[in-house]
Amino acid sequence: MTATESRAAAAARAVVTGGRPGRTPAPAPRGPRRRVALLPTAALVVGALYCVVPTLWILVAATKSRTELFSTSTYVPSLGLGLVRNVRDLSDYQGGIFWRWMLNSFLYAAVGGALASFVSAACGYALAKYAFRGRTVLFHTILAGVLLPQIVLAVPQYLLLSKVGLTDSLIGVLLPQLFNPYGIYLCRIYARAAVPDSLLEAGRIDGAGEGRLFFSVGLRLMGPGLVTVFLLQFIAIWNNFLLPYVMLTSDDKFPLTVGLYSLLRHGAAEASLYSLVITGTLLSVLPVIALFLSLQRFWRIDLVTGALK
Amino acid sequence: MAPTTARPRRTSRFPYLLVLPAVLLLAAFVVAPGCYALVLSLQRSKVNGGLLGGGTHTVFAGLANYRDVLGDTQLRSGVVRMLALGAVTVPGTVLLALLFAVLLDLEHTRLRRVTRLAIFLPYAVPGVIASLMWGFLYLPATSPIGGDRVDFFGQVAVYFSVSNVVVWGAVGFNMIVIYTALRALPPELTESARLDGATERQIVLRIKVPLVMPAVVMCTLFSVLAALQVFNEPNTLKPLSNAVSSTWVPLMQIYDQAFGNSDIHSAAATSVVLAAAALVLSFLTARIIQSRVQREAE
Repeated sequence: MTATESRAAAAARAVVTGGRPGRTPAPAPRGPRRRVALLPTAALVVGALYCVVPTLWILVAATKSRTELFSTSTYVPSLGLGLVRNVRDLSDYQGGIFWRWMLNSFLYAAVGGALASFVSAACGYALAKYAFRGRTVLFHTILAGVLLPQIVLAVPQYLLLSKVGLTDSLIGVLLPQLFNPYGIYLCRIYARAAVPDSLLEAGRIDGAGEGRLFFSVGLRLMGPGLVTVFLLQFIAIWNNFLLPYVMLTSDDKFPLTVGLYSLLRHGAAEASLYSLVITGTLLSVLPVIALFLSLQRFWRIDLVTGALK
Repeated sequence: MAPTTARPRRTSRFPYLLVLPAVLLLAAFVVAPGCYALVLSLQRSKVNGGLLGGGTHTVFAGLANYRDVLGDTQLRSGVVRMLALGAVTVPGTVLLALLFAVLLDLEHTRLRRVTRLAIFLPYAVPGVIASLMWGFLYLPATSPIGGDRVDFFGQVAVYFSVSNVVVWGAVGFNMIVIYTALRALPPELTESARLDGATERQIVLRIKVPLVMPAVVMCTLFSVLAALQVFNEPNTLKPLSNAVSSTWVPLMQIYDQAFGNSDIHSAAATSVVLAAAALVLSFLTARIIQSRVQREAE
């Protein structure tokens, strides 16, 4: 290991002294024209396999019928119409409630993500761009909010909302997830960095109202950061389990996470439901992966840490 | 920074308008539930005697619930389990993320784009779904990874099985955070170190890693926060195995108290204790790692 690495390092040095990295590959001591750091590449491939294999296995398992699942060799996909049948079975289960769960998950995540981003943007912009009484107190409260694990509040939130009769409603699931202290914290950083005071002053001199300045200057300049806040909250809501789990009782309001969990709990009694759970797991992973791949361009994860230069 | 004085009066109300939604939400879904939980935690329900119907009524109980919570051995072992999981998941997530990020940043590594994406993707998989996938990988009847020979739900193994799901889901996001910090470093730094004859390993350990410490700190803090609220993974594995009880970690116990036993007063008291402990612990973590980073930077 050490030998390989020091050889790699020596070669790297040779390359670099020859010019800027990547431009002039100096004569490599071995291998084809371009040098490959074997060990690091191998380690990354192992990491990638570790992350992908469960999904691949679910894909294989979803092709098997109920009996095949427990009898056939685990790696080999079933070549029959198992997957089609499983999807049909799942779609038939309780009148296609699975697709309802999928829709609910998207709805909660998209609507909640959008509203939460707007709330965060407004608050972060105010904290960054205005001096007002209570600003410091509010900012410190929000910092404390970042440090308080939100999920710990789920049961108290349920207890309170059940007092006012708002459990088992969309409001009960959506509203608690609109307050995102970390999003506010990020938006404050973005507003500070991306919205110059001079521009706002110029707008004021031209007679623009504060509201218009916020909507047409502030929000627009914070744009790339807001996409990040939106996607973070989208994923947070999409992945959330405990809050909808405690809030919701009627299964047509469940998001995917709660729905599949309830399916699994029934499945513990009758193992025939396992193949439905497996198929549902596969179908719930695929769209969000597709969504992610397509949104990659807009997703500036360097903004996640708030480290703006 | 922002101009304070000499503002037209109509603007002075605008910032309040902007922060209003956030403040209302904070009041309604953080402060109010917290206060209500506090009130509930000081009460107890008593079963009504008498002939005119059963039912219960609520009485003031003082700190009795808290005495029970603090003396509760079940909760105590739940906390120990939570800490044991955290002892695996926090360093596991952060160190793996740092390793992958550093490898991605090396000059001659291949397949960077594909591997980066593959390692990042589990972030978009909900903890419940991830636990289902891994659960079937662990389950003897369906396991492709030797679940019929290795007991993934054994007394000790179950901790690693649960931790594995957590790390699997979290490592990619943290890797990207650290990787972005690495990419933001000025290339002149490493180039001049190379010219001075530093090896690649020295450059990584002495230059790159210390410089991205703030990002690593951030990842550690997020991992600690996640460890404090561990619930999804053990709760989802529970139907698959007897190794996970219904009070396995503190949040599961709170859920069990509130919905299994319908004892909202105990659930409220446990919630208050857990929230307070979590706040203190995450605050301390933030403080400790921050001061350490500052010391190293000096």
